[in-house]
Amino acid sequence: MSLMSEEGLRVDGRRWDELRPIKIEVGVLKNADGSAYIEFGKNKIIVAVYGPKEAHPKHIALPDRCVLRCRYHMQPFSVDERKNPAPSRREIEISKITREALEPALILEDYPRTVIDVFIEVLQSDGGSRCAGITAASVALADAGINMRDLVAACAAGKVGGRIVLDINDEEDKTGEADMPVAYLPNLKQISLLQLDGKLTLDEYRSCLDLAIRGCMSVYSLQRDALMRRYFASEVDV
Amino acid sequence: MREFRKYVLPGDVIVENNPHVKPSMNVVKIDDRIHATRVGIAEVSQNTVKVIPLSGIYIPRVGDFVIGKIIDYSSLAWTVDINSCFMGYLLAQEVFGREFTPSRDELTSKFNLGDVVACRIVNFDRTRDPLLTVADKDLGKIGDGELVRISPTRVPRLIGKRGSMIQMIEQLTRCKVIVGQNGVIVVSGDRDARSIVVKAIMLIDEEMHTGNITQRVKELLGGAYQ
Repeated sequence: MSLMSEEGLRVDGRRWDELRPIKIEVGVLKNADGSAYIEFGKNKIIVAVYGPKEAHPKHIALPDRCVLRCRYHMQPFSVDERKNPAPSRREIEISKITREALEPALILEDYPRTVIDVFIEVLQSDGGSRCAGITAASVALADAGINMRDLVAACAAGKVGGRIVLDINDEEDKTGEADMPVAYLPNLKQISLLQLDGKLTLDEYRSCLDLAIRGCMSVYSLQRDALMRRYFASEVDV
Repeated sequence: MREFRKYVLPGDVIVENNPHVKPSMNVVKIDDRIHATRVGIAEVSQNTVKVIPLSGIYIPRVGDFVIGKIIDYSSLAWTVDINSCFMGYLLAQEVFGREFTPSRDELTSKFNLGDVVACRIVNFDRTRDPLLTVADKDLGKIGDGELVRISPTRVPRLIGKRGSMIQMIEQLTRCKVIVGQNGVIVVSGDRDARSIVVKAIMLIDEEMHTGNITQRVKELLGGAYQ
């Protein structure tokens, strides 16, 4: 099966530079200090943030800054066949890269001796759930009122059917040639996550990265809209 | 510098290329730009930029009046939950005075587990937990009342300009309302009046950002007393 039609459309009918439909909602959980829900194509992810709070056990606390803990977890029903709920090798890796993608945006030095917990629960999974998770986690952290230098927007790009395309979905990820998730700090213009699975020439690599950053900027404007809706309702700028 | 207010999200650039403006609360200076670090309302005045946050937990500041609950004690100090990520410590010496000796004085004779105390933060920095005192008027154990928790970011709105909102609530209901900067509130007074005050406080907590909140609180309180 071809992943790119003759008219240049992809398996789900998108053009090469088109994102899947994205919906972000802020403050969906009452018990969490901050929360967000994201639909990124067929991905459905809920994120809860707790903290900053006292570190337990005490020895994990750092004297000069806050400890950020992230857990990326897929629900057993999030995929076609039941997934074992125990954390897999892949989930442990994504938890780690999520933490590392968010850390540069947070001002952790403002909360010494404390812990911030970020829980990312994937309810339904499609390709690109790590990017969707990071995007929602950053919104949830802003909702929790944690000091941040910038939001973090994440989006993948890759190579499918010989072309560089934006926002790889599950099918393209499995059968395509390359997948490059990128997390980006839009105001500081810094990259906080860059992974690449597959092979690209130098030129392809450059255009793929540029495209991913463009995707991040589109995601960023949706993050802004969601937060503005939550906090400033229908009010216009004063 | 022109003064203005504006809604901001973390990372938003508030001021660019202006060496005369100093960063104040909830902003960070990166290169020549001043970015917001919270969701809130940015206020730019003559020479400072600050953001009034709309979400977040309570971070202690020296001089703050807070309401806390005794959750533990040792032979030298009480541990007080002040609704923050840091535990407050109330030294026995602060309460018993200079002659305090752990062998003679029993801490539970003054405050017991579960007691609610009004205190002031005397010392706090990033290397130590907040130190509390009860040695001032209006400080000490709170006998009775209803405990309400709201987001600490709503406290300035609940108090109002020069205490206007809280005075209005107290006058209309004849209740006594003690507001801690940490978002813990004790309402005491007549039982029916108390529940209305709690409702009004919850209204402010949930809908602070919507317009004419003063009017709506007045209607809520006025409606119950006519």
